[in-house]
Amino acid sequence: MTILNLLFIVFLGILFFIAYFHISNYLLDSYGGRSVKRYNFENSIRVIVFIAPAFIVLFVFILYPVFETIRLSFYDKFGREFVGLYNYKWAVNDPEFRRSILNNLVWLLVVPTLSTFFGLVIANLADRIWWGSIAKSIIFMPMAISFVGAGVIWKFIYEYRGPDNTQIGLLNSIIVSLGYEPQAWLTIPIWNNFFLMAIMIWIQTGLALVIFSAALRSIPKEMLEAARIDGASELKIFFSIIIPYLEQTILVIWTLITIIVLRIFDIIFAMTNGEWQTGVLANLMYDWMFRGGGDSGRGSVLAIVIMIGVIPILAWNLYKHRQEQKI
Amino acid sequence: MKKISLSSILSQLLLLFFVIVWIIPTFGLFISSLRDKDLLAISGWWTALTTTEINEIYRMSGMESQIEEDGYFKIKGTLFEENSGKKIESFGINSKKINEFKIGDIAIFKDESEVILDEDGNYEWRSKSEFQKKKGKRLFTTSLSPPSFTFENYREVLFKEGIGRAFINTMAVALPSTLIPLIICSFFAYSLTWMRFYGRDTLLAIIIASLVVPLQMSLIPILTIYNDFGALFGVAAKSYPGVWMAHTGFGLASTTFLLRNFLKSLPNEMMEAAKVDGASHYDIFLRIIIPLSIPAFASIFILQFLWCWNDLLVGLVFLDQVPSEIILTAKLKELLGSRGENWEILTTGAFVSMTVPLFIFFALQRYFIRGLVAGSVKG
Repeated sequence: MTILNLLFIVFLGILFFIAYFHISNYLLDSYGGRSVKRYNFENSIRVIVFIAPAFIVLFVFILYPVFETIRLSFYDKFGREFVGLYNYKWAVNDPEFRRSILNNLVWLLVVPTLSTFFGLVIANLADRIWWGSIAKSIIFMPMAISFVGAGVIWKFIYEYRGPDNTQIGLLNSIIVSLGYEPQAWLTIPIWNNFFLMAIMIWIQTGLALVIFSAALRSIPKEMLEAARIDGASELKIFFSIIIPYLEQTILVIWTLITIIVLRIFDIIFAMTNGEWQTGVLANLMYDWMFRGGGDSGRGSVLAIVIMIGVIPILAWNLYKHRQEQKI
Repeated sequence: MKKISLSSILSQLLLLFFVIVWIIPTFGLFISSLRDKDLLAISGWWTALTTTEINEIYRMSGMESQIEEDGYFKIKGTLFEENSGKKIESFGINSKKINEFKIGDIAIFKDESEVILDEDGNYEWRSKSEFQKKKGKRLFTTSLSPPSFTFENYREVLFKEGIGRAFINTMAVALPSTLIPLIICSFFAYSLTWMRFYGRDTLLAIIIASLVVPLQMSLIPILTIYNDFGALFGVAAKSYPGVWMAHTGFGLASTTFLLRNFLKSLPNEMMEAAKVDGASHYDIFLRIIIPLSIPAFASIFILQFLWCWNDLLVGLVFLDQVPSEIILTAKLKELLGSRGENWEILTTGAFVSMTVPLFIFFALQRYFIRGLVAGSVKG
């Protein structure tokens, strides 16, 4: 496809949706409003016109797939024959699956916790320092770039050359200057997972940071000043006032990062492709979508396991929404 | 008083430490993308401003370029490219003793031919008898190279490695994938906020539930739909419109949710007054809602655009991995596999892929942060 063609279909694609809303509403406007009966009819049609595109997309891309994925998990690799719990049994007995779910759990334990912690500490530090906003900008910046881009950045840091060569990777260069042997970091099982997690923490700390910064402003200044006058140290203020006050925000950020980490795919796909025991569920699923012509049954089981991770969060969100509606 | 200033210094130092740790990775990438590729391959980017020692192997010209002069057969030439700036420190004629000779020494080969070399890499190789071999002998040089920065990597990556086209492809994916959900979700959010109809609360609950559904749940069924659709109508299963709609689907819940939260904060009286004046919902939407929502649109646009620009999985599953469709992230991943040792290509490619996000980040940071905060406080 030439670039000109591409430009043309991009333009056409966007125009299509604008035209849909404009033309249908224009027709309704010119029809309705002259009698009560017409007015009511016009309104009910208008609701459909407003909702239809979004609802169709929601149905086709979210609602239907959720149920279809559940159905497919009970079917064979082509989605034709019912096989009962076969795919689930396969998963439980598959060493790769067990490895992935273990890795996922470690990711879920380490990344949200450390990102939230660093975000809180940095937000608190930056709040009191005159160059704090520049510092926040810099630490927040990795949020803007892609996981693959971040992968390249960090792969360069972890780059390994044999012991006789000059190390061009920063980490090995430091290690060598301290008198140790250089290491191929990404190939050391167990530990390599943590080197991959460092990338995610590097990115997600920025997210925690900006949200905490906004939340810190809601702490009444008088309270902090009163504590300082009473002689409380900054550390004491941090643990006794700021953390309890931000409890709700901490929880929100922690769940937010948990959701992102649960479906983590890009970093591992780009850095190790799941080798050296670094695989996680999303990578294994991608693998099974295409391995040997694709296995929709096994792929679906893996998707469902990822989904199970978010169900508590989903239920909690719905519960909170109910409470709000009542008020 | 003294204690306060000490703790303030400590916090400044601690923050400085965080800032340095966070900026170094990106900074190293940026510096590397501007370095000469030969230097990049053998020295760390932190040495970019110092001279670097390089060991290289060159081969002199063969018999065709020999001339007869002063009773000798001579081959003259130069080892380095023009203006390389390299200065030879020492050289050798044997791979085991690469530092055997200094500039000005005469190195003698086994066949009794001899070579002299100056520090700019010009050599004169002479022999009493005629040269017989088509290929010249090898010279091992150790030279010092001054710092060298270049845009050559960018030219190479953009035009020869296909990153330039991938950049355009990514734009063609990201722009509609941002604008389409923005258009349809603003109408959706409007009707969820200001119109009364049966099932509205259920729909809202579905949106809130969809916020956290991982996109992995949708991949297999949608891929099947696309394949069936492609086969039924005889069109390609993987296409740009397919990716736009997939991104629209995955961004729909959050876009609607954010917009609805914003619309809910607008005063109800304004809509009522407009209705009394005989304005239809579409009039209200165009004349009141859109102008008031520009800041909210900006935040959501940035969030969704960055999401689509940085996405890998959707582009990988729903587009063919061919030059006319491959997106930047997928291209980078491909280069990581095929050109894993060519850091000049990887660092430059990564930096090119980051230009748009970084521009948005620095130019529109306020809206970006506002969107993130709005999205998180509830979600």
